Amino acid sequence: MAATDTSAPLVHAVNVTKSFHDNHVLQGIDLDVAAGQVVCLLGPSGSGKTTFLRCINQLETIDGGRIWVDGELMGYRERGGRLHRLNDKQIAAQRRDIGMVFQRFNLFPHKTALQNIMEAPIQVKKEPVEEVRERAIRLLERVGLQDKPAAYPGQLSGGQQQRVAIARALAMRPKLMLFDEPTSALDPELVDEVLAVMRELAVDGMTMIVVTHEMAFARDVADEVVFMADGVVVEAGPPAEVIGNPKHDRTRAFLRRILAEQG
Amino acid sequence: MTFPTADRPGVIDAVPVRHPWRWVAILAIVVLVAMMVSSFVTNERWDFPFAFQIMQQRPVIEGLWLGTILGTVGSMILGVGLGVLIAVMRLSDNPVLRGVSFVYTWFFRAMPRYVLLVILGVGVAFLYPRLDIGIPFGQQLAEAFGWGWDLTFLQVDFNALSSTIWIGMLGLGLSEAAYMAEIARAGILSVDKGQSEAAQALGMSNGKSMRRIILPQAMRVIVPPTGNETIAMVKDTSLLVAVPVIVELYYQAYQFGQRAFKIMPALVAATLWYLIICSILMVVQTYLERYFGRGFGQPKPKNPRFGRPAGMGGA
Ligand SMILES: Nc1ncnc2c1ncn2[C@@H]1O[C@H](COP(=O)(O)OP(=O)(O)O)[C@@H](O)[C@H]1O
Ligand SMILES: [Mg+2]
Repeated sequence: MAATDTSAPLVHAVNVTKSFHDNHVLQGIDLDVAAGQVVCLLGPSGSGKTTFLRCINQLETIDGGRIWVDGELMGYRERGGRLHRLNDKQIAAQRRDIGMVFQRFNLFPHKTALQNIMEAPIQVKKEPVEEVRERAIRLLERVGLQDKPAAYPGQLSGGQQQRVAIARALAMRPKLMLFDEPTSALDPELVDEVLAVMRELAVDGMTMIVVTHEMAFARDVADEVVFMADGVVVEAGPPAEVIGNPKHDRTRAFLRRILAEQG
Repeated sequence: MTFPTADRPGVIDAVPVRHPWRWVAILAIVVLVAMMVSSFVTNERWDFPFAFQIMQQRPVIEGLWLGTILGTVGSMILGVGLGVLIAVMRLSDNPVLRGVSFVYTWFFRAMPRYVLLVILGVGVAFLYPRLDIGIPFGQQLAEAFGWGWDLTFLQVDFNALSSTIWIGMLGLGLSEAAYMAEIARAGILSVDKGQSEAAQALGMSNGKSMRRIILPQAMRVIVPPTGNETIAMVKDTSLLVAVPVIVELYYQAYQFGQRAFKIMPALVAATLWYLIICSILMVVQTYLERYFGRGFGQPKPKNPRFGRPAGMGGA
């Protein structure tokens, strides 16, 4: 199924466009992410960062361009020189290998932390319950919540919920993790516990695309920083260049504002 | 904490607000209840002993179990199952399914239950005494080509079914599904959009996400009005005579009263049974609400007497 050409990037997006009615949200985004890389997406609110992440795992359909993940064209199959839309089941299968962490956690409130993590491997991948349970317990340990398996999301703090959400995504053993402002909905004192989990993930070699305004995280962890504005990539490169020495006025203005906020 | 002094006040020990009108209301209610009870005892025409006798008569008990309770259970199972299905159809992307569910709801909401039951009990058996299930137009094809077998797999004899509880359940259940569909739709729409997105992002199919994630959460909103619908259904089983099904609580009690020339005690007997069933259902509903409310951090209401009412709805 997946192409195992190690030289090809894990995520290969070319000229991605997307409009909501006459609002041209994405206007030709190119992005390559090699396996094991961490890419941070920066940009002002409304620049299309969330939309782009959602296009990668097909929560939105794109109007133009192509997105490949691990050599697989997302959402379509090319046959006889034409693109054929995949059906719901096939798209669901493509999403299994891509974990997503949402700004507002979106844990399942009627399930405990452990049940949240176990749900997809059992229901989607049909893995044996006992095996999944063991893995889920290990994942809870990994995110520092080994004492909370029976807690419902409503009984956890925001930071704890977000860590469960990360564990839930990891339980599917994804090749790629997408984070959409994972710490924006958190009280300031809870941000670091979530970022710490993400730093560890990066060290362990997970491929990650992270939308964030946490500059320290981007500077330390990212292999590449991409600055987006109005649906285009304005500037991309290593954090030392894009954050340390931005070339474009828009990048500079944005960073000045963010860094002033974060001190 | 420091010790209270004149300028740093300590523990509050205030005189509570007085509620003199509550005491007046309680007094008025006590007097009214006493008057009522006294009339029950002194007015011979109530004849409570005879009402209790009627409650225990075999045909009445049979009517209670085989008509009222069985009818309620059967029609609510059909109503809830079909109702949820119609709600899911109504919310699907498929315009054909949306259209079918709209027409269904439109028709069965417009149809009075009594008329529907007469049509199903009398009309259908008259129009189609026998239902053959097989290949469409199989009989016509068999005749045209002179085949020995007319491609029929199963025959349903409507004449034999026509005045049974099954037709009653079918009628009440079909009608109930139209109301349940609206309730289920409201429940499904009450679940945050992020839930189905999280399920999709984990690779769940739409069906699985609906069954495992959306519906269990929608139940929290669906259960209270469904309790209402169930209680309304208990009472609507008295319409079963339209089919006609006469093994049913109200009809049997009434027959008894008529034979003994004591209609009023018969009505009291039926009323008491309805009160008992509905009380039990209310308890069941409380437990269901607690089960489906799990994880939503609603602490138990401090004073259950002033808890949330059962909700809106009703046929
Ligand atoms: N489902 C949608 N329907 C219509 N417009 C949308 C939708 N989602 C996003 N948009 C619009 O797309 C633009 C980009 O949004 P978004 O991707 O959320 O930006 P960001 O995450 O960078 O803040 C915004 O103008 C937003 O209003
Ligand atoms: Mg966003």
